Amino acid sequence: MKSSVITFPGSNCDRDMDVALKKFGFKNKMVWHADAELPKSDLVVLPGGFSYGDYLRCGSMASKSKIMQSVINFANAGGMVMGICNGFQILVETGLVPGVLLRNKYLEFICKNVFVKINDKKNKYFKNVHNEILEFHIAHNEGNYFCTNDQLKEIEDNNQIAINYCDENGKIEDQFNPNGSIKNIAGIFNKEKNVLGMMPHPERMIDTSLSGEDGSLFFKNLINNLK
Amino acid sequence: MIVNEQVAIDHGLKKDEYAKICELLKRTPNITELGIFSAMWNEHCSYKSSRLHLKKLPTKGKKVIQGPGENAGVIDIEDNDAIVFKIESHNHPSFIEPYQGAATGVGGIMRDVFTMGARPIANLNSIHFGSPQHKKTKNLLRGVVHGIGGYGNCMGVPTIAGQTSFDSSYNGNILVNAMTLGLVKKDKIFYSKAAGLNKPVIYVGSKTGRDGIHGASMASASFDEKIEEKKPTVQVGDPFTEKLLLEACLELMAGDSIIAIQDMGAAGLTSSSIEMASKGNLGIEINLNKVPCRETKMTPYEIMLSESQERMLIVLENGKENQAKKIFDKWNLDFAVIGKTTKSKKIELYFDEEKVADIPVNALVENSPMYDRKWKKTKLPKKNKIKKEDIKHLKIIDVLKKILANPNVCSKEWIWQQYDHTVMGDTIQKPGGDAGVVRVHGTDKAVAASVDSSAVYCWAHPLTGGKQVVCESFRNLISVGAKPIAITNCLNFGSPENEENMGEFVECVQGISEASEYLKFPVVSGNVSFYNQTKEEGIKPTPAIGGVGLIKDYKNMINMEFKEVDNLVLVIGKTEGHIDQSLFARTVLDEKNGPPPEVNLFNEKNNGETLLKLIDNNLIKSAHDVSLGGIITAVAKMCIKGKKGININKPKYLINEIEYFFAEDQSRYILEINKKDFKKVADILNKNAVHFDELGTISENELYINDKTKVTIDELSTSNKSWLTNYMSK
Repeated sequence: MKSSVITFPGSNCDRDMDVALKKFGFKNKMVWHADAELPKSDLVVLPGGFSYGDYLRCGSMASKSKIMQSVINFANAGGMVMGICNGFQILVETGLVPGVLLRNKYLEFICKNVFVKINDKKNKYFKNVHNEILEFHIAHNEGNYFCTNDQLKEIEDNNQIAINYCDENGKIEDQFNPNGSIKNIAGIFNKEKNVLGMMPHPERMIDTSLSGEDGSLFFKNLINNLK
Repeated sequence: MIVNEQVAIDHGLKKDEYAKICELLKRTPNITELGIFSAMWNEHCSYKSSRLHLKKLPTKGKKVIQGPGENAGVIDIEDNDAIVFKIESHNHPSFIEPYQGAATGVGGIMRDVFTMGARPIANLNSIHFGSPQHKKTKNLLRGVVHGIGGYGNCMGVPTIAGQTSFDSSYNGNILVNAMTLGLVKKDKIFYSKAAGLNKPVIYVGSKTGRDGIHGASMASASFDEKIEEKKPTVQVGDPFTEKLLLEACLELMAGDSIIAIQDMGAAGLTSSSIEMASKGNLGIEINLNKVPCRETKMTPYEIMLSESQERMLIVLENGKENQAKKIFDKWNLDFAVIGKTTKSKKIELYFDEEKVADIPVNALVENSPMYDRKWKKTKLPKKNKIKKEDIKHLKIIDVLKKILANPNVCSKEWIWQQYDHTVMGDTIQKPGGDAGVVRVHGTDKAVAASVDSSAVYCWAHPLTGGKQVVCESFRNLISVGAKPIAITNCLNFGSPENEENMGEFVECVQGISEASEYLKFPVVSGNVSFYNQTKEEGIKPTPAIGGVGLIKDYKNMINMEFKEVDNLVLVIGKTEGHIDQSLFARTVLDEKNGPPPEVNLFNEKNNGETLLKLIDNNLIKSAHDVSLGGIITAVAKMCIKGKKGININKPKYLINEIEYFFAEDQSRYILEINKKDFKKVADILNKNAVHFDELGTISENELYINDKTKVTIDELSTSNKSWLTNYMSK
């Protein structure tokens, strides 16, 4: 399986994603934002970080990078595109997934483990994951997902919510919402579910010595689903 | 502008210093030259009051590749890997403008590390605020934490450990010390020594603006009521540019075109160019019209003294300019050839085709002032005798809860959750433990780091306090299973012109020297920050020690979480019942006098090394050093972290319960071992003459003392975790 990770000026989880993808069997290539063409890929990842310093609006300048036209075309042709954290912010700026990401409710950067509940498994990202609940890790300042009521209805009607923040037993309640997201949304798909944007960093959970191992579960499953 | 004695005094120079400048130049300096002298000769850059004493610090060792004098210290961690590290203060700017002050402190120290060719892999910080009741404290704390996070998070470097304290002596002068560790290959370390004639001098990074002019001079003076006017001297940070600068520099460093490189930190272009020339015993000629400027009509004076951030000066091999420029173009950074190295041994500046400065380099460096300031020795205070009736009514659990909720002991989760501590995917011990630990990427090795200070002990008796801080750092590294290698120090003190403050400095340095010599824990880098005072009110002496150690196999790392019910808990090191200057004495008895706990370097070394042996033999399940709040506080934290309880029985010593549980005697650790290993452990401890007490057995979820009083771990956890969150949300 071939993957590509895009490096924007200010990306800082690009290496971590490269390490994770390779660990679980992807042949990964790093792609520079100013390139025009994507290499042949089964998966494209927009990594976390602070592309363009998060100036103007998180993800907005990166969404206009040269490479992004290729990424958008790739996604529109059904290619798998995953945006993590700042990558999620870039995805909403391109319009590939609906909604926006606002500043966290308590106006503070937050770095900690959280639990998320998988909402939909009829997609290549979460199909065959045995667990309903995963322990993931978040590190962001702008992860407060917001959309209009009409958008929300559409998202829910199409089952586009990928994961919701919850407690270890899967309870989705306000007190387990770390950033104020509508409906505890931690990640969403586009309509066709080939594009996934999510705030948590599975690449930081790939080893028992780190924050946990549910990221390993995610990546192992992902590569199997793509085969 | 005509330069005279008054203008020199306005620049923070003393009358005799101005006379010396005129003598060295054999003429009156012009305003640009005076600015350069004032920047190089202020306390912050010249170490004029401290140099004499810093010479006492042991700086050599088998693992030391580079000691003080470079951008940062470098130690050997085997297999051609080396760690570059340093701590630096940004106290004055952080008090004036907490967000930018703290942010640029973090940015500056990271630049010091990557200037040497190392990729930063971990950040730490030591931050100290006034009394929680003081009206400025909350905003300063919030601003500093946001600033540290804002810069470090954007750079993608994990902040893995730190220390926060509150004390009214910081009401008018907070402390913000930032530390960075970087990883480099031993044969790819870059230095700031220029070499060769007619080599191009290159400016890279951000453009130069008017921010931070005289920043270093501001950091060399006390605060007064005009402090608000000093805001323009605080630099403004741009972590995005620094991230680009980091990547561009490392890309250029992969080749062989750099002769010397130096970041523009305090005193900007002035100190960086002079430093490179001085180390290379060369001259430098600069055309200031070529310096990329952010603002129009900047004068030579402003260009030379600006402390705009995210800039570097490089001496390049001839003919490599285009290749280097391509890299900086790719990262959208300025790149300009601004001058060349010369044999004149002078710094010569040109502007609009006119020579605007002409100063011999040695006049600025070797001839800079050095003072043997008067200082006063601090006598060891007399011990207090605790009156039985003062402690008779105290209930251990109540006191414990009070101590766990004390601002200096309570959980700092509110702070470190705002720092990205997991980026780079190698953080294996997060903040909140004895030391932060990161793996050396792609290897089995890990590096542990901790930052410590004990201002109260240093205030009570600077000599003992200085020793104690080094020992505490040693202990924190050993508690996670790391072999301590070297330290960096940030020496925060009041005015050197005050005999008492100067005495505190001299004796703390003496204490640090003795301990680091004995423990073979040399000082490889550091920084001195004097004039931490508002008007006549100085801070408590606060040397902060950043320690670094190596874990050969990261799977053997230890943490402080109690692991398993029925395991045995031991205390190693003797408890004599030293209560003076303990948190208990200060907060429960309200007794502020008396000596700090005695430091016995033999015991410190022996206990620590023996514990490392136990860890090497896989006999230790968890460990934690005993510090503020004594044995019971240490045990309670291990219970909270591991979500386990314990049955404790006080050993049958002569000292009473309160003294046993709350004393702050040194060189002690709490250990968790498996019952079946007890004999092996006891043998090793006895063979090495290490005193130990059997304290108790791990249980489900209560702390049970002497079979009579108990409390749930949840209750202790709430006491420990709620103070800071509540304080900040009010």
